[in-house]
Order: sequence, then structure tokens, then C-alpha cells
Amino acid sequence: MAISSKWKSEKMRTLSFAKAINEALHQIIATDKQAFLIGQGITSPWYVGTTTVGLINKFGPKRIIDTPTSENCITGVALGAALAGMHPIICFPRMDFMYLAMDQLANHVANWHYMFGGQLNVPMVVWAIINRGGEQAAQHSQALQAVFSHIPGVRVVMPSTPYDAKGLLIASTQDGNPVVYIDDRWLYEKEGHVPEEYYSVPIGKGIVRKEGKDVTVVATSYMVHEALKAADDLSKVAIDVEIIDLLSVKPLDEKVLFSSVEKTRRLVVVDGGWTNCGLAAEIAARVSETGLFKLLKAPIMRVALPNAPAPASSALEKVYYPNAGSIVSAIKKTLEKRN
Amino acid sequence: MSKKEQKLLSPDLPRKLLLKMYATMLTIRIFEERVASLIAPKKEITTPCHLYIGQEAVATGVCLALKKEDYVYSTHRSHGHYIAKGGDLKRLMAELYCKKTGCSKGKGGSMHIAAPEIGLPGSSAIVGGTIPIAVGTALAFSIQGRDNVSVAFFGDGAVHEGVFYESLNFASLKKLPAVFVCENNFYCTHLPIASCLADPDIYKKAQIFGMPGVRIDGNDVVKVYKTARKAVEDAREGKGPTLIECLTYRWLGHVGPFDDLDKGLRSKEELDCWVKKCPIRRIKKRLLKHRIVTEDEVKKIETAIRAEVEEAVAFARNSPYPDERDLLYGVFR
Ligand SMILES: Cc1ncc(C[n+]2csc(CCOP(=O)(O)OP(=O)(O)O)c2C)c(N)n1
Ligand SMILES: [Mg+2]
Repeated sequence: MAISSKWKSEKMRTLSFAKAINEALHQIIATDKQAFLIGQGITSPWYVGTTTVGLINKFGPKRIIDTPTSENCITGVALGAALAGMHPIICFPRMDFMYLAMDQLANHVANWHYMFGGQLNVPMVVWAIINRGGEQAAQHSQALQAVFSHIPGVRVVMPSTPYDAKGLLIASTQDGNPVVYIDDRWLYEKEGHVPEEYYSVPIGKGIVRKEGKDVTVVATSYMVHEALKAADDLSKVAIDVEIIDLLSVKPLDEKVLFSSVEKTRRLVVVDGGWTNCGLAAEIAARVSETGLFKLLKAPIMRVALPNAPAPASSALEKVYYPNAGSIVSAIKKTLEKRN
Repeated sequence: MSKKEQKLLSPDLPRKLLLKMYATMLTIRIFEERVASLIAPKKEITTPCHLYIGQEAVATGVCLALKKEDYVYSTHRSHGHYIAKGGDLKRLMAELYCKKTGCSKGKGGSMHIAAPEIGLPGSSAIVGGTIPIAVGTALAFSIQGRDNVSVAFFGDGAVHEGVFYESLNFASLKKLPAVFVCENNFYCTHLPIASCLADPDIYKKAQIFGMPGVRIDGNDVVKVYKTARKAVEDAREGKGPTLIECLTYRWLGHVGPFDDLDKGLRSKEELDCWVKKCPIRRIKKRLLKHRIVTEDEVKKIETAIRAEVEEAVAFARNSPYPDERDLLYGVFR
């Protein structure tokens, strides 16, 4: 199912993923007088791809705030602004740097609403960019969706297409809670239909990207595209793969997940993070906890990163990052194995 | 050379040391220029490299004031520190090729260089990441009663991070044998220092913590050496840490082999002005003027360095890539 079918627009305009984010930011900041963008590197000509092009010229340094390299402080600053009624979007050009902001994110941002009995809201978007590959090694490659999903009090979304990149970013600013919006630089060149309108994609709703009957593959973000490639390959050998794109990691759309598994009775979970205690484990657990467990025809398989830091050498990167090939082998294994 | 001449140049500095300064700086320069040529147009090196060209006097002046057993910690801009501390060029070049024979076995790349055998226990791509680690090593030295000093190299960008201040405070509080060397090259990626620091006088931040802070011309290797030597002596004698702010400039863009003037982040005039203050040309001129070396000797030194760098390139090229099996090897000891 192509994503554009969700949105019936006369003009089927296409944009790149990066351009879709750029358009969303322009529209958000123009529309929402309380919104502003803050973060180290957001006016850099290279640091965030082309996602912030034109913002500083249009909105000026009061609403587009490039900052010193002070991640923990700036995260607290965003929280403080949110508590005063603003809708900050804080950008981390690399997710790896969020570890420096962990105190503000995990102890403060995530807890503020609950800890004070719901008196205060934290309408803030934490825009986290995965930027890996290219021999950047362990500190410049991390995909930390599991870390943030583990923390109560923050939502986590991961768009995979330009349409969702824009719609989920807008939805994140409207949610009224802290939302960690994770995108992946490997998606930035992908083209797809993006309406010009100011629209939102609902948080917490997944989508069937491709219907199939033999096996369910659940994926997010960039891995959805690898899953689509895998499905394409397998269609040549008459294996019919169904692909669920979660879009939101938290809350997770159990309905779309469960109904697909109920149909195919086989599940491969794909994630760009580490296997151990990762997102894939969570999804597998959700399915195992239900009556679906009895229906499964084969053990659930995980396709995710091996439990090692990202290596520099491209010779190792090649085997480190899962791809369509690894998804194909996992699918084949589930089809061979029986419970 | 007459006594008077020697004094003019730098009282107390032996010829051997001055030559070593020159050779070290030139090694860094030639190495980095060669790396640049291998990134583009050749694309033989693909790990992102933050080149050190223009800043050679800082690493050189500081490291030559240290003993081998003293530790230095580096940053994303790591090559100069490695070379100045005495690291093997072959293993560095091989790491930039991400080969198995590299100092980090191809797992670290340009931003993660370590050579414990020469007192470089690591470099971090996280801005400010190694400052507290250097303090921790200083703490260990003081607990162990070792006569060693621990140096943190970092950029002006690290001064934005809270951990910089916490580290200065702790080191001063405990009078630890640490030296903080800030390489102020006036830029933090795309942003000039004036857009980042409310008070750009970095050396003054030391005062808050009751420790000495000095600002020096970071393109004057002799000045860097002498300042570092004083700080190192103080540290060894238990007088606590020093913050040294070295004013310098990177000739190339933040990352990669080009000057990036087309990105419009800095002017050609500014770059030209700093190129005129080239730290290597300066020391060379002084050495020649005071007849510490002859033109002939200078040429010989350069030829030898070029040969050594080419050897490193050949070594890196001929080395194997890590084996796929190496991926999961080394997560733990
Ligand atoms: C914690 C953290 N935030 C942001 C970055 C991105 N980053 C990489 S290098 C750099 C600039 C550092 O500037 P400076 O410390 O002055 O060193 P220079 O590059 O000038 O040598 C930044 C912000 C990072 N690596 N780590
Ligand atoms: Mg700098």
C-alpha cells in the first residue's frame, strides 16, 4: 500500500525526505507562534543535511537558535520554555550527543508531567537524527530508539517516508507531550508524495506498507525500505511478505501488529538498533504475551544490530548493519522452522 | 652559534630540542597534507578526518614538554597529538585506511586514535569527552604517587560544555597533576567563537577555580613549549593544574581536505592572515636566521619526513582490512 493513498490530494507532488522535514519546520514555525527550533548545528550548511535550509533567513535568530555545544543545558532550556507555554523543537544533529543531555531528558523532561500530578505539560519535540555509516565509528553511529522507548513519559516516533516525515513532525508539535522524533540520514534522499497542506500523521498508528500472507515483517524508519526490498526479492520465489511500518515506537500500534500476525502466523522483527534488550525484543514480547503465541507457526526472529559498538572500517560496517539480505535470510528461516 | 645568539632565540633551549620541534611540526604538516590528498580526489581514505594543519605548534610544544610516561588525551582532531607524542606513522595511517594494522585495528578511524605505549590512551569524538578522563588519570597519578602528568587537549568548543567547568573545579580542588590545553582556533564547526561564548577569554575561566590560566600565541612553538613546561613542572610538584589557552587557527574546513571558503563561514582575508602566521615557517625562519640549521639540513629533514610518510602510506595500502570475524571480537577483553 503506497502511503499516498492515505491522502487524496489532487496534485501528487513529490519531495525528498529532507525537504519534507524542511517544509514541515517552515510551516510549523510560521503557523505556531509558540514554536521555535533550537540546537547545536541547525544553521550549519552541512550538519543537518538540507532540513533547515531557509529557516534562519525567514524566521531570524529568535526562533531559530543555533547554540553552543551544551546539550544538557539546551535540553533544560527547551523544557523551561515549554513550561512557560512555548513549543520548542530541540534538534540533535546526531543521536549520539543525546547522551550528554540524558539528565534533562530522562530525569526532567520525561518525568515533569507525571511527577507533579499532571499539573504541568511539556509540549516539546526532541528531534534526533541517526547519522551512521561512512566509517564514523562508535560515537557517531548510534540508533538509540530503544533507550528512549524505555523511559516512561516520552513518546517515540520514527518516520520512514517523506509523507510521514512531515506529518509526524507536525503531529509531534501538536501532541502536548515530549515526543522524541527520530529520523535517519539514510532516508534523506528518498522521494515520495508530500501534500503541501499542513497535515498530521497520527502518533501511535502503524500502517501496512505491503500486504502479504506468508510472514509478517515489522520494521521502522530506514529498515522499512530494506524490508520492502527483501519482500520484492522473495516475491520472485513466491513468498508473500506482509510489511508493517510501526511509525510510532511508543505508543506502539498493537492492533495493526496483532492482526497481521494473526493472519500470517509468522513474525520477523526488524530494527536498526541493537538486538539485546532492543525494540525488536519488545515487539516480540508483545506478541508472545497474547493468545497469538499459540498461533505462531515458527519462533519469532529478530533482525537488528549485533551486540557490538559500530566499527569504523567499511569492511566491518558491511557486516554490521542489517539489510535486505539479512531480512531475507530471517524470513527464510521462519518459513523453514516450525513451532 | 654564539651564546648571545642562542639567548636571543630562546635561552636554555638546546639545539636538539629546537630541531625536534621543527621536525615534529613538519611531520604533522606533511602527514596531514598527504592525508588530504588521499581523501580527495583519491577517496582512498573515507573515515571523516579533522585535519590539524595550522595548529601544529600546540601539540608539538606541549608534547615535547612531557615525558613518555605522561599521558595526553585527544579529540576528534587527533592526528597532531598522536604524532607529537611520538606515535608510529604507519599505524596511524593504517587506522585512517581503517585497516587491521591500524592503531585501533580499524575499529576507531580518524576520531578514535589511541597509542597507550606512548602515553595516548585515547581520543574522543564527543566534544569535551576526554577532559574529565584526563583528570581521572591525574587523580590516579596522585593516588599512586607517580611522578606523571595528565594532559587534556580540547578545542574552544569544549568550553561550551558543563563538563569542562566541572573538570577544572575538581582538578583544582584536589590539586591534581593535570594540564588543560585549549586549542582556541576561533571556530566550533560552522560557528565563530563570538556566537558561542559570552566571554571569549577562555584562559580567564581558570580564575574561577583558583588555578592559573594563561593565554598564549599558539603558533609560537617555543612559547607553547615553555608555557607547557612550567605547567607540567607545577603539576609534578603538586601545585595543581593549569589552563593554557593557545590561540591558533585551522587552515582547512572543520572536516575534510578543503579550505571550505565557498561555504561562506569565514573570509579569505582571515585565512590568509593566519597562513602568514604559519607556525612552521616561523620556527624555520628563526632556526635559519640564528644558524641553528642550514638550508641543506632543512631540506634533508624534509626529505626524510616525506619518505617516512610515504612509507606509512605504502604500509597502510598493503595492509589487510579487518576480517568479518573481527566484528564481535573485542567487545570485552
Ligand atoms: C557532544 C558533542 N556535541 C556536538 C558535536 C559535534 N561536533 C563535532 S566537532 C565540533 C566542534 C568542536 O569545536 P572545537 O572544540 O573548537 O574543536 P575544533 O573542531 O575547532 O578543533 C562539534 C560541535 C560533538 N562531536 N560532540
Ligand atoms: Mg575550535
